[in-house]
Amino acid sequence: MSSTTIDPAIFAELRDTAGADFVSELVATFADEEAPQMLAALRDALAAGSAERFRRAAHSLKSNAMTFGAVPLGEMARALELGGLPADDAPLAALQAELDRATQALKALSHG
Amino acid sequence: MADTGARLLVADDNKVNRLLLGRSLEQLGHRVAMAENGRVALEMLRRESFDLLLLDMEMPEMSGFQVLEQMVADLQLRDLPVIVTSSLEGVTHVARCIELGADDYLPKPVNPVLLKARINSSLEKKRLRDQQKDLVRRFATSEVAEDMQRSGFALGGKRIHGTVMFCDIRGFTSITEAQSPEETIELLNTFYTLMFDAITGAGGVVNQMVGDGLMSIFGAPLPLADPCGSAVRAAREMIELIEMLNVERQAGGKMPLKIGVGIATGDMIAGYTGTHSRATYTCIGDAVNLAARLEAHTKAAARPILVDGPTAAAVSDGLTLEPLGEVALKGKAAAVPVFAVPVT
Repeated sequence: MSSTTIDPAIFAELRDTAGADFVSELVATFADEEAPQMLAALRDALAAGSAERFRRAAHSLKSNAMTFGAVPLGEMARALELGGLPADDAPLAALQAELDRATQALKALSHG
Repeated sequence: MADTGARLLVADDNKVNRLLLGRSLEQLGHRVAMAENGRVALEMLRRESFDLLLLDMEMPEMSGFQVLEQMVADLQLRDLPVIVTSSLEGVTHVARCIELGADDYLPKPVNPVLLKARINSSLEKKRLRDQQKDLVRRFATSEVAEDMQRSGFALGGKRIHGTVMFCDIRGFTSITEAQSPEETIELLNTFYTLMFDAITGAGGVVNQMVGDGLMSIFGAPLPLADPCGSAVRAAREMIELIEMLNVERQAGGKMPLKIGVGIATGDMIAGYTGTHSRATYTCIGDAVNLAARLEAHTKAAARPILVDGPTAAAVSDGLTLEPLGEVALKGKAAAVPVFAVPVT
C-alpha cells in the first residue's frame, strides 16, 4: 500500500520546484497542524449534521492531499466532498487511517 | 518588465496552499502578502496597494465570490487583476468567477509554469490599463475619467442642475506683446495651475481650456451639495491667488495679471459631445452662454466676479453681493439682473 500512498512523481516535482527544505516544513505544517484540524472539523460537522461544513473540510483536505501527491487520500476526501453527509463515521475512520499512512510516508520522503 | 517585483496578495484559508503559493510567487521574484479569508483580503486591498490578487473561492467569513462582488462595486478595486486559484468542482463555478470579473482561473494544485505565464499576462494587462487610465486622467479630469470608468463612454448627455464658470485673463494680448513667448507659456502654466487648484479644491471640474481662458462646471459629472456656493468660493480664491502672483510679478518688474470671472446657474445638459474618436465632456444650456457673457462684462462693470440672479440667490456664506441692476448682455434678448461678488 505504501508504494501508492504518495505518487512519487508528484512529490518529486513539488520538491524540485519549491525546494526540499521548504517542502519538509510544508509537510510538517500539514501533518502536525492542518490535517488533524481538518479531521476534527469533519467529525464535528458530522456530529452537528452540518453538510456545508463537512463539504468544506473535505474540500480543504482534498486540495492539500493532491498537492503532496497523496492520491488515495485525495480521492477519499473528494468522495466525501461530493457525497454529502455520510450515515455514520465509518468513512472518517477509513480516512483517518489513510491520512496516517500518507503523513508517515510524506515525513519519510521529506527526510529522505 | 511586468514579471519582476510586483506586489501580490494571496487569499486562501488553507495554510498549506497559502504557504506553497506564496513560495512559488516569491521564487518568481514577486513580493507576497497573505490573507486567510476574504474579509481580511478585502481590508488589505483597501488599505495597501497591490498589483494582483490570487483568490481562493472556498473561504470562511467571506468567500471568493463575495470578494469579487465587492471588488466590482468598488471603483478603486474593480480594475485590479484577479486570478482565481481553486479546486472547485464544476465548470459553472469557474464561469461565475469569470463573469464576476476574474481575469483567469488556475486549478489547484497550481502548476508553477502556468502560474508564471498567467501572472505575467495579468500584470501586463494591468500595466496597459493603468497607462490608459493615466492618459485619460491627463487629458480629462479625474472626475470625468471616473465617470467614464463607471458608466462607460457614450456620446450624449443628461439633464443636470449646476453652475458654470468662465474665467480669462484681461488684456492678455498686451501682456504677450510685452514679453517673450517662453515667458508667456510659463505664465499660462502658472495661471492654469493656480486656477485648477482653486476650482478643484472647491469641487469644480475644469472641462475646457482655450488660450488664456477656461470653463469649469460645478455639480457635474458628480453632484455637489452647493454648486453656487462652491463656484463663488472658487472664484474668490482665484482672485486671491492672482493677487499673490501679482506681488511676485511686480517685484520682478512685470505687468500685473487681471482676470475676469463670470458665473451662472441653471438646468443644462451635461455629457460627451464630439465623435467616438475625439470627444469632450461639456455642458450646454442658457447658463453656459450667460456665464460667458458675464465674464466678458467684467471689464465694462470694472468688477472681477459677476454672477447671475439664481447664483446670487443661492449664495449664503455671509457674503453681501452688490446688485448692478439689469444689464443687457450680448446674445440675450432680455436684460438680466447682474450681481458683483466682493473680493478682499
